[in-house]
Amino acid sequence: MFDFIKENLILDEPLIVGANVSILLTLIGLIFALTYYKKWKWLWTEWITTVDHKKIGIMYIIAALLMLFRGGVDALLMRAQLTVPNNEFLSSQHYNEIFTTHGTIMILFMAMPFLLGLMNVVVPLQLGARDVAYPYLNNLSFWSFFFGAILFNISFVFGGSPDAGWTNYAPLAIEGSPGPGINYYLLGLQISGIGTLLTGINFIVTIIKMRAPGMTLLRMPMFSWTTLITSFIIVFAFPILTVSLALMTFDRLFGTHFFTLTGGGNVMLWSNFFWLWGHPEVYIVILPAFGIFSEVIATFARKTLFGFKSMILSLVVISFLSFLVWVHHFFTMGGSAAVNNVFSITTMAIAIPTGIKIFNWLGTLYKGRIQFTTAMMWALAFIPTFIIGGVTGVMLGMAAADFQYHNNYFLVAHFHYTLIAGVVFACFAGFIYWYPKMFGHKMNERLGKLALWFFTIGFNVCFLPQFLLGFAGMPRRVYTYVPEDGWTALNVVSTIGAIGMGIGFLILVYNVNYSWRHAKRETTGDAWNGRTLEWATTTAVPPHYNFAVIPEVSEIDAFWHIKQQKKEMKEESISYEPIHMPSNASTPFLMSVLFFVAGFGLVFALWWMAVLGGIGILACMVVRSTSSYRDKGYYVSVDEIRELEQSNQGEA
Amino acid sequence: MFKNRKPWLIVTISFISLFVITALALRSDLIILDPKGPIGAIQKDLIMYSIYFMLAILIIVYILFAYIVSKYRDRNNFNAKDYQPDMHGSTKLEIVWTIIPLVIVIALSIPNAKALYALKEPPQSTMNKEPIIIHATAADWKWIFSYPEENIETVNYVNVPENHPILFKVTAADSMASFWVPQIGGQIYGMPGMVNDLYLQADEPGEYNGRNSNFTGAGMTHQQFRFVALEEVEYNNWVKETQDHAPKLDEGTYEKLMLPETVDEKTFSSTHLAFVDHGTDSAYAMKIREKYGVEIKGIKVRRGE
Amino acid sequence: MLHANNKSLNTPLEYRSENGRLNIFGFWIFLGAEVSLFATLFAAYFALKSGTVGGPLPNEVFDLTNTIIMTLLLLTSSFTSGLAINEMRRNSVKSMIFWLVITLLFGLAFLYMEISEFVLLVHEGASLGTNAHWSSFYLLTGTHGVHVSIGIGWIVLIIDQVRKRGLTPETAKKVFVSSLYWHFLDFVWIFVFTGVYLLGMVG
Repeated sequence: MFDFIKENLILDEPLIVGANVSILLTLIGLIFALTYYKKWKWLWTEWITTVDHKKIGIMYIIAALLMLFRGGVDALLMRAQLTVPNNEFLSSQHYNEIFTTHGTIMILFMAMPFLLGLMNVVVPLQLGARDVAYPYLNNLSFWSFFFGAILFNISFVFGGSPDAGWTNYAPLAIEGSPGPGINYYLLGLQISGIGTLLTGINFIVTIIKMRAPGMTLLRMPMFSWTTLITSFIIVFAFPILTVSLALMTFDRLFGTHFFTLTGGGNVMLWSNFFWLWGHPEVYIVILPAFGIFSEVIATFARKTLFGFKSMILSLVVISFLSFLVWVHHFFTMGGSAAVNNVFSITTMAIAIPTGIKIFNWLGTLYKGRIQFTTAMMWALAFIPTFIIGGVTGVMLGMAAADFQYHNNYFLVAHFHYTLIAGVVFACFAGFIYWYPKMFGHKMNERLGKLALWFFTIGFNVCFLPQFLLGFAGMPRRVYTYVPEDGWTALNVVSTIGAIGMGIGFLILVYNVNYSWRHAKRETTGDAWNGRTLEWATTTAVPPHYNFAVIPEVSEIDAFWHIKQQKKEMKEESISYEPIHMPSNASTPFLMSVLFFVAGFGLVFALWWMAVLGGIGILACMVVRSTSSYRDKGYYVSVDEIRELEQSNQGEA
Repeated sequence: MFKNRKPWLIVTISFISLFVITALALRSDLIILDPKGPIGAIQKDLIMYSIYFMLAILIIVYILFAYIVSKYRDRNNFNAKDYQPDMHGSTKLEIVWTIIPLVIVIALSIPNAKALYALKEPPQSTMNKEPIIIHATAADWKWIFSYPEENIETVNYVNVPENHPILFKVTAADSMASFWVPQIGGQIYGMPGMVNDLYLQADEPGEYNGRNSNFTGAGMTHQQFRFVALEEVEYNNWVKETQDHAPKLDEGTYEKLMLPETVDEKTFSSTHLAFVDHGTDSAYAMKIREKYGVEIKGIKVRRGE
Repeated sequence: MLHANNKSLNTPLEYRSENGRLNIFGFWIFLGAEVSLFATLFAAYFALKSGTVGGPLPNEVFDLTNTIIMTLLLLTSSFTSGLAINEMRRNSVKSMIFWLVITLLFGLAFLYMEISEFVLLVHEGASLGTNAHWSSFYLLTGTHGVHVSIGIGWIVLIIDQVRKRGLTPETAKKVFVSSLYWHFLDFVWIFVFTGVYLLGMVG
């Protein structure tokens, strides 16, 4: 056992040892603080076992911010390495591990959980529901995501990180990559994928079955719409990933021949499967981002969303097309002209519904009364920046030209323009917009805008040169280059931009701390003069049951209209009824720990550990099946509701 | 205190950055936009054609965006007549901005389709010449070129006559690689057990950088080759010289090439096609590595360097 | 969940609680994901079907009579599972349990035959690591088999719960959902039978 640890603990890379030490110190500090302030019980009952969608959402967002930090450090390390030619800051192997973890973490452990977090916080509130359909499963979703992410992340201190790119192409990831790294990738993604799939199912049922009375689908807010469509994509796309990962795990651990060079395996099959999931995955993260922008833009333009129905239609078309374009990730694989042509057309066709959305947002701004809050400015920064990502996407979609763009920095710049200007800007916009709903106060606007300018200008300075690097023939994933290549100047500029983004991120995080100390506490549930039901709660941070009385919906922008009517009508006396709420659950946490144990066992082929973990997981399922009857939940009494509603208002 | 200065500061910084980037771009060699062969030229023309469309879209959206955002921003002297909170859509407008992108997509699809078919054929300009066939095989982390007609094999460089169509038969011994000479033309994957065709042609003599652009592991960055276009006579001399003086390629030497490492340029007067066809046998390199004790699969060993 | 009992007595028991309605709907969505999962496995199987190097061909080792019996077993079990639901609707616990047990027996027989078939195949030189064809064969049929095994364990648990608690909206929902699952496995097997075995015999 000791040998096993000694063999795998990485002590020969100063960077990683530094990370080791800082992680250890942070952990010790955390444990100490929790013990000193006697917070263990609080952590367990209020957070770890919670089934409250708002708290689960907040945990998702905290995890996502941590991962954004990790992925961002990866990015800065890469930029540092590429700033000057022939740099020896990172070795080839180290660089490969870093870009692999950067990509995987940013997509799967940052963008997705950030959006899932916002969905969790907001969607039930927007629907006028008390929770999601399956609160118990929701807790399991979060923890299996979390432990999947942990499993993936410990690779860099224990055993070595995956090093075959986030696309993990065979045969490199099978025959070309000894060591546990790829196993970490396969198992980490597999475990967190379970959580994502469950979330998808959960939100479909929540949205279809649990809307407030009167809220027809056409009166449902746009963010909930995007969540619904996204959930459908998740349900159909994630099983493809599940199977692909499982097949490769079998290839690596049990000697099967799916994607191998020997035994009749087919290396192209992995690429096809990966992108059959991977392209929809891109829309899994971009569609909710579109939803956030729709909410923010409508709120601060003080107007109803322009072209609501065409927005929905374009969502549906995009989600459908997202399954029909996967081949554009490998036009260069030698497909016939006819095949490439078809996939070129489907790819470019996505620009049509996306264009409709952009123009509808402009239409929403038109004849509005635009307020430049920080959240709105992120949304406004999105339109001109994202569209660069959009048009270059169309350029990449032209297969004949793609033979030149493929695998070079033009592509890298393109997808960062879509994923950062689209998804990350949306995460920030949504985070700031719904911040008062989560924490009871706004974020500081001044610091927020400072962060915005650093980040957006830094972003453009970082990635605009990369389009040109693409035209200069610089391939992606190279760890260094020579002066004669002529890429130095643009790389220097790019690195400067990356530093700007880093500063922007730090200011944003500092702002959390600053606002917590200094910001004025909200006195109502309606921090921004909002339009949708999440702002209709009586208190800034909604109580665990969300709404003491479920609101009735008669129009789109329900809360906006309720407010208009209230001006005319007198306040009626409210009569409360007892509210049924689900009770906390500890099995999901335990089960996720067991997933982690089983996963870790498989990573290192410690069969006894994998089997024990597997048995434990089954046992948890049996326990759940036989004891579900006890999970009756509890009733919040009328007195308690009255007290909560009034105490919060009194505090205000 | 910043109230009035701040926006200008930001605009100025943005423009300075943009200016610097443009200036740097003009100083860098955008080799893809300066092709030296008909294949690259087709692609460059297509790229430029699409760039014009994209610039037009960007300019239109930016103007609209700037106009709307500045006109309807909430301010002290905001004209309340401009504010129409209940305007929820316009079928006419929505149809317009569905049709415009549709037209653009069609306008881009047609030349793209033409180019796709054109790229599958030898270049028009040298229709009368029979293409020279060269097999390009990627093996971690090197490129192996075989001239079956001339019975020559080179490693990490390829000599071709100028103004003559070359048909590259691209494959790989192990990892999926991508064969790319940016200034001559776009790339194609080399995959184990499969052969992809790629026509290339250099219009003027010179030395061009070629490389693998697809990630294949630790040595990928150095998996480069020289693509050398020679004048017809020079080329023929080189062929003759090589056939007469270069050593034969025996199986033992070739097996060494299957090990995952980078190597220097090499020249042989026979090809590996005599004993292995990577286009059908994807397991060959793995068998060799096993024979030489190179670990290909395993879970316990940490990175080898 | 406040509206737990707002449905009339004509509503089937499993649909009477809010919880039941949500779970059944959610389970349909889950089955959608399962369709996608098996579709991917089928895609892998068909893509790798020709990768038969170094192993026996399917038509050399398949025993079609065996597979036809397996298919009949599973089809019948699907039918008996339907009978159990029918009995549940008539609120007769005993005969419902009877039919569920019959269903399980058919399921176990199917599983027994599948495992002995795998043993036989391995003896004839077609094991998991033989080649791409057999890898994908085992993963496809194996995933189905694992689903059947989980289904059997699950239904055993449910039978026990019904015996202890009688038919309530909660237990009825569980029985109903598990029968949906069982029918789904049958549905998948039809594709395995035609896609893998029948086509395997031909090609």
